[in-house]
Amino acid sequence: MKTSDTQGQAGIAANADGTGIAPDAGSNVSPAPKRKKHIDIRGRIVRFFIYILLAVTAVTSIYPILWIVMSSLNPGNALYSSTLIPKRLTLVHYSELFIKRDFGLWYMNTLKIAVLTMLLSVVLVIITAYALSQFRFKGRRFSLMTMLILQAFPNFMSMIAIYLLLLQLNLLDSHYGLVLVYAGGAIPGGAWLVKGYFDGIPRSIPEAAKIDGASSATIFRKIMMPMSTPILTFVALSNFIAPWMDFIMARLVLRSAAKKTLAIGLYEMVSGRMNTEFTMFAAGAVMVAVPITVLFVFLQRFMIQGLAEGASKT
Amino acid sequence: MCMNSHSKKAGLLSVIFMGLGQLYNRQYIKGGFFALIELGYIIFLAPYTVNSIRGLVTLGSTPQKMVKGRIIQGDHSIFLMVFGIISLIVLFMFIVFYIINVRDAMRVGKNRDNGLDSNSVIISLRNLSEKGFPYILLTPAVVFTLFLTVVPLTFGVMIAFTNYSSPNHLPPRSLVDWVGFQNFINLFKLPSLGKTFAGVALWTISWAILSTLSTFLVGLVFAVIINANKIALKKFWRSIFILPWAVPGFISILVMRNMFNGQFGPINKYLTAIGMAPVPWLAEPMWARITCLLVNLWLGFPYYMAMMSGVLTGIPRDLYEAASIEGASAFQKFRKITLPLVLFATAPLVINGFAYNFNNFTLIYLLTSGNPTNNEYFYAGNTDILLSWLYKLTLEQNQFHMAAVVSIIVFVFIASISAFNYMNTKSFREEDMVQ
Repeated sequence: MKTSDTQGQAGIAANADGTGIAPDAGSNVSPAPKRKKHIDIRGRIVRFFIYILLAVTAVTSIYPILWIVMSSLNPGNALYSSTLIPKRLTLVHYSELFIKRDFGLWYMNTLKIAVLTMLLSVVLVIITAYALSQFRFKGRRFSLMTMLILQAFPNFMSMIAIYLLLLQLNLLDSHYGLVLVYAGGAIPGGAWLVKGYFDGIPRSIPEAAKIDGASSATIFRKIMMPMSTPILTFVALSNFIAPWMDFIMARLVLRSAAKKTLAIGLYEMVSGRMNTEFTMFAAGAVMVAVPITVLFVFLQRFMIQGLAEGASKT
Repeated sequence: MCMNSHSKKAGLLSVIFMGLGQLYNRQYIKGGFFALIELGYIIFLAPYTVNSIRGLVTLGSTPQKMVKGRIIQGDHSIFLMVFGIISLIVLFMFIVFYIINVRDAMRVGKNRDNGLDSNSVIISLRNLSEKGFPYILLTPAVVFTLFLTVVPLTFGVMIAFTNYSSPNHLPPRSLVDWVGFQNFINLFKLPSLGKTFAGVALWTISWAILSTLSTFLVGLVFAVIINANKIALKKFWRSIFILPWAVPGFISILVMRNMFNGQFGPINKYLTAIGMAPVPWLAEPMWARITCLLVNLWLGFPYYMAMMSGVLTGIPRDLYEAASIEGASAFQKFRKITLPLVLFATAPLVINGFAYNFNNFTLIYLLTSGNPTNNEYFYAGNTDILLSWLYKLTLEQNQFHMAAVVSIIVFVFIASISAFNYMNTKSFREEDMVQ
């Protein structure tokens, strides 16, 4: 990475005057009209290297993605036989996923878990955040600190106990057990996030409604909820996505083949050394990655906005 | 002190039995409600509580036995422990209720001393629903956190003070005992354990620092380049660079694991094709660590790039214009305006990133599984971070006691970082000024 860093430095030096996105570039050069020609030549060379850097990085960013897509269309099975440009393309691995494996079942399992997790955690996060943001009551600061500290615990510490608890409640190897674990884990972080958003809503609005005789429940339903759609969308989508990615908790809770989720199924295909099912894994990976990536690109706008707002508060 | 005041009498009665004070205050329904709670607890829960707390203290006394080829179940220490913790929590909630009951009786009694009437049920309920509304809202979260986080974590902490481990102390076959601080002493005293802990902890910290710094710097460089006004196709570059962030992490990591495969992976195939020696990406300790950092860089730089682009577009243009008029060079403008503002805005993200990478189990476990194995280590490999070591100790080797000790140490470290981080944010400091 050494080269890219030095090139990057040069790029900064040459272009920093435009960091604030200045559309009228001409005004930046005006203070030194005599040196203009010289700067232009130097600037061109620097820009040439910057474009090379950008192109190399773009290839690096795309290559693994392209490679996995092409692998999934490769006729062979194993890792060593898969090439970037296969001699012929085939969709056989996609159909194999459904014939040789229960890919459809895994998909439905994951979808079910994801939808339930999303619903449950959104409800829990919203009401918790609402209570913590809009009310001043005894134990509030304590609750905030506790939530902050709890989310710092490594979750393996709780794994054995969660396993035993679910075993006792007959929720082991059940999707509902997993949903409970996910939703419980989503509360502390999510509530902090949404609470920050609620805090930003001017207090005069709910107060005015209160003077007009609205109850706390009405204020919550008619004012706070509609005003915080962006953050709620964010929480909902991120909790929807999480179960598609997680395999640690899923592996702990789900035991039988019929309950498997996509993450477990895919991991098991490539965890061996020889990877003789590599192309099938590639096909599965593409089928998971496409919808999640699309969702993510949609989600990303909220994320940057939310985090930028959080950062500007500091 | 006269015993005539209603407040004292009601309070005392409520101490004797829940609800008595309320009955004395002629709040029959409320009193009945409190009395039912205490009756319910005494009848249904108290015997169980006593038993399970005893179990928590002894962790069981009768081991499993074989009698004439048949297994006679003994005590299961771990179940005893978990249920002991739950009973303690229930007992604690009961005590809280008891205190509420006494205070309520005294408050109503005091109102009566001042010549006010006791509230009727309807007014009490209305008071409760207004004042208690936040508590009602918090109840589900509290229940979830109690059972899915607090109980498991308390359990995890307690395990650190027992000998719960394979092969000799694994229920239901045998019992588990309390051992005090022995595990903590062993972690530093036993050569194999001490060496593993020191080695893994050192790598974890260097990994966390290097991976955060590399993604941050590369993200910064690309954010500045893309936002510079002379660069064409901004949107195009940005959308391409964001891709590694958008693809689900576990999939890209598994893909990378195959790309870097020493024998069959495409990277080494290309290297051989252009006449270079294949690189042991995942097989040699040093290379495996570098591979981890490279893969993390690929995955992580778009995040910082996107965040910093947001910050850069927010910097007012007149700052740069003013600097130009003063005759500042481009590099000076970068150093004096761009960099401080970006650093200021993203500092909490960097600290969070450090904590995240410190515990980035997914990347390490899916990419290298902690390998290559290190024979001098206690069930750990060269790229294992503390968290993946924990995972192996727990789920693969059943060394629960040592895993618990290590996780306490990890927790103290991470919790202090994140508490520090949050307490430094303005939103937290101004917490009570929101009103």
